[in-house]
This record gives sequence, C-alpha cells and structure tokens, in this order.
Amino acid sequence: MALLNIRNLTVKFATATGSFTAVDGIDVTVDKGEVLAIVGESGSGKSVSMLAVMGLLPDTATITADEMTYDGQDISNLTAAQRRKLIGREITMIFQEPVASLNPSFTTGFQIEEVLRLNLGMSRRAAHARALELYQAVGIPEPEEKLKAYPHQMSGGQCQRVMIAMAIASNPRLLIADEPTTALDVTIQKQILDLLMKLQEDYGMALILITHDMGVVAETADRVVVQYKGKKMEEADVLSLFENPQNPYTRALLSALPENATGDRLPTVSDFFQQEAAR
Amino acid sequence: MTAVVEGKAIIQDYRIPGGMFARARTVRALKGVDFKVEKGKTLAIVGESGSGKSTLARVIALIDAPTSGELRIEGKPVDIRTRRPGPEMRSKVQMVFQNPYGSLNPRQKIGDVLMEPLVINTDIPAPERRARAEAMLAKVGLQPEHFNRYPHMFSGGQRQRIAIARALMLNPSLLVLDEPVSALDLSVQAQVLNLLADLQDEFGLTYVFVSHDLSVVRYIADEVMVISKGEAVEQGPREAVFANPTHPYTRQLFAATPVTTVASIRARVAQRSMSRAARLAT
Repeated sequence: MALLNIRNLTVKFATATGSFTAVDGIDVTVDKGEVLAIVGESGSGKSVSMLAVMGLLPDTATITADEMTYDGQDISNLTAAQRRKLIGREITMIFQEPVASLNPSFTTGFQIEEVLRLNLGMSRRAAHARALELYQAVGIPEPEEKLKAYPHQMSGGQCQRVMIAMAIASNPRLLIADEPTTALDVTIQKQILDLLMKLQEDYGMALILITHDMGVVAETADRVVVQYKGKKMEEADVLSLFENPQNPYTRALLSALPENATGDRLPTVSDFFQQEAAR
Repeated sequence: MTAVVEGKAIIQDYRIPGGMFARARTVRALKGVDFKVEKGKTLAIVGESGSGKSTLARVIALIDAPTSGELRIEGKPVDIRTRRPGPEMRSKVQMVFQNPYGSLNPRQKIGDVLMEPLVINTDIPAPERRARAEAMLAKVGLQPEHFNRYPHMFSGGQRQRIAIARALMLNPSLLVLDEPVSALDLSVQAQVLNLLADLQDEFGLTYVFVSHDLSVVRYIADEVMVISKGEAVEQGPREAVFANPTHPYTRQLFAATPVTTVASIRARVAQRSMSRAARLAT
C-alpha cells in the first residue's frame, strides 16, 4: 500500500490580479522505502505541492484534492494539534538553504536537542546523548565540539548535515528534501546525496526529492515525476525515463544537459516546443 | 595570437585583523597563479568553495589589487595598487556576478542600469546612450518595452541577461563571469550558455569563466584551470584535462559530478535492488 497518496491536487493562490493556479491536478504516490524524484524548473509547482502536504502554505493558498492520505489516514483536514503529531515526526522536510534554515542565535546542538525534547519528549540528558549519536550518523566530524557551534561557524555542507540530523531524529517514515544540494558544490553535493541514500536505506524511509537537476535524479531516484507549469508531464521509473522519455518536455530537459550537447548549441526547452509544434 | 589577459605569479593575501581575543593573521588565498588567455577563447577556472577561484576572478576583473604578481591586459602591465584604472582600462574588462538577484539595484530601471557604465566612463550624449542600451537589450534577447522596468519584474534568467548586457555596454574585450549560471535552472542555464556562445562569436570576446560545474565547463571552455587551496593544480586544453585528469583533486571532482548515462543508471538500479533483496533476506 502506498505511504503517501495524493489524487488530483490543485493549489490556487489569491493574488492582486486574480487567482493563480500553481499546481493543477497532480497525483503523487510514494511507497514505503521508495525514492521519488519530482523534477521541474522554477515555477513548475514542484515545491508547492509538497508544501501543501506539509501544511506550510500561507493563507492565500486554496488547496483542493480528491484524496490526500498518509498511511491510510486523511491529512487534508487535520487540526493543528493532529498535524503537529504527524509533521516533524512521521513526515519531515529539509530545505534548499541550509544556513538560512537554522536559527543563527542558537547553537546547532541546542536546536537539534529542542527538536528531540519537544517532538519526542526526551529529557535534556537523553536529548544530548541522542543528538551526539545523530551527528555521528550524518558524519559531522568532532560531533561533541560541533554541538556547541553556531550555524555561522559551520560550512554549508555541515549545516545541511545538521538539517538532515534533525529531520531523521524521530525516525520518520517519509522525508521530503526540497532541493537539498542546490546551494552546495559538486563534491559536497555528492557527499550529501550519498548520505541521504544511505540513511534512506538504513532507516527504510521513503524519500521525496524535489530538484531541477537531472544529474541528481540520475544518481538517486527509483521513480521520477516530471512537472511543468503545475501539470504532470510524465511519470516513469528512472531507467525508462532516461532511456526512452515519452513526453516532449522530458526530452527537452534531458537534451538541455550540457554533457548531452551535440554541436555548438545547447537545445533549450523553447526550441524543443517549437520543433514539436512544427511537426 | 595575442594574449588578452596574462597573469604571472599572482599572489593574494587577505589580512584578518586581530581583535580582543585573536591575533591578526594573514590568509594566502592565491599562492602564485600563472595563466594566459588568448583572444576569443574561454578559460574556465574550476574549484570548490574556498579554493580562491573567485579571488582570482576579482583580481582579473581589476576589482582587487593582488598582493604581488604581474597582470597584463592586452600586453600592457596593469597595476591598480599604484594607480586606479582609468575609463579606458575599465572598458576593457567587465564582470558578471553569480547572483542576478543581488547584482542589480532594485531601485534602478533596466534602461538606467544599462546606461550607467556609459555615463561614468564615456562622454557619449544621452540620445546615443539610449540608442545603444536599446540595441543591447535586443542583443541579449529582451524586448524594447523592458527598458523602463525594474529588476523585480524579471525572472532569474532574464536578470542574468541584463547583467550580461550591462557588462557588454562598454564593448569590453574581456568578460569575467563568476558562476554566471549556477543560480539558474537547467533549461534557463542552457539559454544563457547559448547566449554567451553567440556573443563570443559576434564580438570576439574573451571569457574567464569561473564554475564548479564540470559539465558546464566541458561545454563552454577552451582552456581549463583547476584550482585547489589557492594553487593551480591542473591546467591545460579542455580535451587534455577531461581525457586524462592527473591531479587527485581533479579526479575527485570528476567522481563527484553526476553521471546521467543510461548505463550508469542501470548499474545503480541493479545495485539497489540487490542490496534491497539482501536486506529482505536477513
């Protein structure tokens, strides 16, 4: 049975110039222990659909869905208290800007121990011990020292490791990673992706990876959803997507990868749509 | 062939002033880097954050004076420690920054953004300035009606086009691009890279292209310089560096770059299903 099941999700934003549809009839299902990648360019609604699941959208957003269940439980009409029980324990999320996601006024250790105390009801002493364990699990060097470090004293890659440590603190069954490596260098990106994949296997979590980078998709995903302008273009397992993309937009995205360049020019998405129209 | 820009033993030290608890110390960001770029070619500088690649870009763009070393632009030695570069030198070298959201003044209309370099460095009359700015807008693929708009009305890709247009207003011979596409989406990245290639052909521009993305470098560069901890650890023509990376750091960079070939995905998927089966068995 699917862990997360969303059918016909639509998110509309009330703007000054009328209503804007950011997500238009998207279906998403994730099985237990599966890695799903949602790919799209900015404005494709890939983050918004996941923020809707987390209940993190502002009041101007209207969310409608035929079905929105987590582990068989309806999550579309939760009270704040019920939502708190689920979000941050069963479903957790990490964001694009690791340094900006942490509070600069507190040590990272304080912040992760706070999560453990509030979400899991641990004592200070137990929280400290568990935080140390988590820092070791995500590969932060000198964990005891780093618990006392403020976010500005750590590098971007280390801050992202702290965020991951917080996200896995409660042994979640679903982790949503929104562009977790976009702000990082390639070498650090590789380390963070390897870490996420290792933790995903060790903990048996499902992972939803939101990204615009086809390289990241190729290195991580089991299944891929391609999204464009709020609509789902294509859904396939990773191998068939790269081997035999069905949708013209997917083909356009793949051919825009610089390493696939043939000749002098990179084909762009708009070139591709023109070709399709001319056909 | 003439070298548009040439550097010899460029060293850059940063002074970290001491405070109540710390003693003053010096960080050597560049430890004597040599390079040379010929007209119409692209030199890519590759390295991780903290490697000194942006420091080098700032030295080449005449923003920071190096601590020591010789910089020649079109054969002439330039030393901005002793004398500020004049309008003529400023016109030769221009820079495009990484983040198009930070490099445009939010209160300045696009037309003014483009005309400002001409106001500062030339005495071209106003009507002509306007004509040139409008022509440049068209060159980078924007519309004439964008002239009176503000930066917030543009997407990231469009803003980077504006930043490129601004850099080209003075007809420079050398453009220093500091990670110009790393803040952009894949499809927009392709458009901007195409634009840069077109402009290079049209104006015979020389590029110094700073990046950490090897797939972009492979596409755009003629020469590659890999920089690590302030030292150029590998330098040479693109084909040579990509075919046979010799320095361990370069190899590490290659290993970290995602592979998108079907064969590698198939191998990964197979490995995953095997480890999953093993997990179920235990």
